[in-house]
Amino acid sequence: MKKFIGFVKKEYYHIIRDPRTLFVLIAMPIAQILLFGYVITNEIKNASIGILDHSKDEITKQISSKILSSGYFKLDASINSEQEIHEAFRKGKIKEVIVFEPHFAEKLKKEGTAKIQIIADASDPNMANLLTNYTEAIIRNYSIAITTQNTQISLITPEVRMLYNPELKGAYMFVPGIIAMLLMLISALMTSISITREKELGTMEVLLASPLNPFTVITGKVTPYLLLSFINACLILLTGYFVFNVPVNGSIILLLAECLLFIFMALSLGILISTATKTQQAAMLISLVVLMLPTILLSGFIFPVENMPLPLQYLCKIMPPKYFINIVRTIMLKGGNLATLWSDTLILFGMSIFFLMVSMRKYKIRLE
Amino acid sequence: MNFVEINNISKSYGTHKALLETSFSVKKGELFGVIGPDGAGKTTLFRILTTLLLADSGSANMAGFDILKDYKKIRQIVGYMPGKFSLYQDLTIEENLAFFATIFGTTIKENYELIKDIYIQIEPFKDRPAGKLSGGMKQKLALSCALIHKPEILILDEPTTGVDAVSRTEFWDLLRRFKEMGITIIVSTPYMDEASLCDRVALMQEGKIMQIDTPANIVKNYKPELLAIKSNNMHDLLVKLREYNLNSQVYLFGQTIHFSSNQTINQSDLNNYLKNNGHTNVEISTSIPTIEDCFLWLMKQHN
Repeated sequence: MKKFIGFVKKEYYHIIRDPRTLFVLIAMPIAQILLFGYVITNEIKNASIGILDHSKDEITKQISSKILSSGYFKLDASINSEQEIHEAFRKGKIKEVIVFEPHFAEKLKKEGTAKIQIIADASDPNMANLLTNYTEAIIRNYSIAITTQNTQISLITPEVRMLYNPELKGAYMFVPGIIAMLLMLISALMTSISITREKELGTMEVLLASPLNPFTVITGKVTPYLLLSFINACLILLTGYFVFNVPVNGSIILLLAECLLFIFMALSLGILISTATKTQQAAMLISLVVLMLPTILLSGFIFPVENMPLPLQYLCKIMPPKYFINIVRTIMLKGGNLATLWSDTLILFGMSIFFLMVSMRKYKIRLE
Repeated sequence: MNFVEINNISKSYGTHKALLETSFSVKKGELFGVIGPDGAGKTTLFRILTTLLLADSGSANMAGFDILKDYKKIRQIVGYMPGKFSLYQDLTIEENLAFFATIFGTTIKENYELIKDIYIQIEPFKDRPAGKLSGGMKQKLALSCALIHKPEILILDEPTTGVDAVSRTEFWDLLRRFKEMGITIIVSTPYMDEASLCDRVALMQEGKIMQIDTPANIVKNYKPELLAIKSNNMHDLLVKLREYNLNSQVYLFGQTIHFSSNQTINQSDLNNYLKNNGHTNVEISTSIPTIEDCFLWLMKQHN
């Protein structure tokens, strides 16, 4: 036990004697979450659009002002002819053009129908989709409003409720993802680097020649980083709560406990990486490529697992972050408890034990 | 009784043979030197003894413990100082020492008496990070760390490489003192002049031990007569001496050229030969061989 404490003390010195790394470790989560929160957003705000109104009557003006006053769009340029549309798109000034056909109000009155063309810049397909959906919704609302005014025909109107994230806020989606990503990065990267650094500097040789057993070395290495990563998890949750109003609907204790479990898993992975690499650079590369990419791409963080081709879906099943992100989302947004999450938790726990066992086995008691 | 026994240890890295059937033994309380140039296999040998590497064949035991089976026991009783400075550069002198004391399950206080002589020399700087120490101080700290658990055997891999002359002398003085305390010391060095400071030495070259004996005996066993020769043209002298006797060993040694041969050399014949070849001020005298002369001679015989 004394040996263990002595080892942790030594690791603690390493961490605080390197204030630059420490600063990066603490500042990175906050910087990341702010970046994701403000830059990568799926919401539309003040998208520039153009309107080509061939009719310029009462109704087209009403629809235009409805669209522009929604807050999602802002009028960038009044377009006067079809030719100008392409010009404007090519310049990249606008994302969408709404075209009203001539004699719009007249036709609507006489024939009961009139046409609006929505042209979107699909070089960014997601954006184009969102914009047209928003526009259509506004127009649909307007048309429902005027038909119910004039005639008494009842229409079927679906009423949509978005559960758990009624405003469809991006922050709700990415806060759990960022927690997974950062905990993975810090835990795995830092432990694997700190062990390979001992190999590089030759201090591993003295450690091996001493009576320290692998268990003490590994747990001694892991403990300070477990603490550091846990602080990070709390920082991310606090920033999410205070800056982006992401709630924690479920038990905070359970959430923190699950975070600890995930950190433990990532640390074991980090040790496993360090047993297989000799240099800090190799450890860093493996941590980044082997851990970061799957955490972002194959975990359901950004892209839903259900939409992936079947082989990739199977691959996702062995990615620990997938389970963790699901756990965090369920606890934070749906207020889920252990009764609903026991299987995911058990899988994470099993993975941690597996990685730890393998790295203990692979930990070399001699020089290579 | 032999405290350390090494029997036919061999080790190769791929096709490169680092150690070839190495055997020797060290008595309790002996200061044993392994002398050889870089690449002789000294570090590999030490790493096998400290259980850090596995030998391909052969066996060894230290203080009665087998290096393979009882590696845990050996790690308890051996103090090891690797050739490369292997302490934590960002930890201070005191923190390093305390750390190594802890991992061996002891404290600085408990064994302070043992390291006192070295430690008081570096104690004024105890709050300085190890990375900012001079070469000599680093070695003293490393030695303190290797000694803090009161080892029975001390294994030091080239402790004086890269250290100034004064610190080297001090370092060897310390080693003698620890030897007197009963610690068995195995030390390697590429410096031939340090051989005479050991009780016994093994001269090592390309993974083979050429000779093991006391420094005095090694010098005594130097068979050929050693001549120290000087003249006005030292460079040409080297060439002419090599031509004079093909079965000889000729090399520049300080201000003179050391010349020795398997055959008996007549000094006046040699003098005449040099004068006929245009050398003036020729001085020929017999000289007492150093370990370096012996080493080079042995190397020649082995090749």
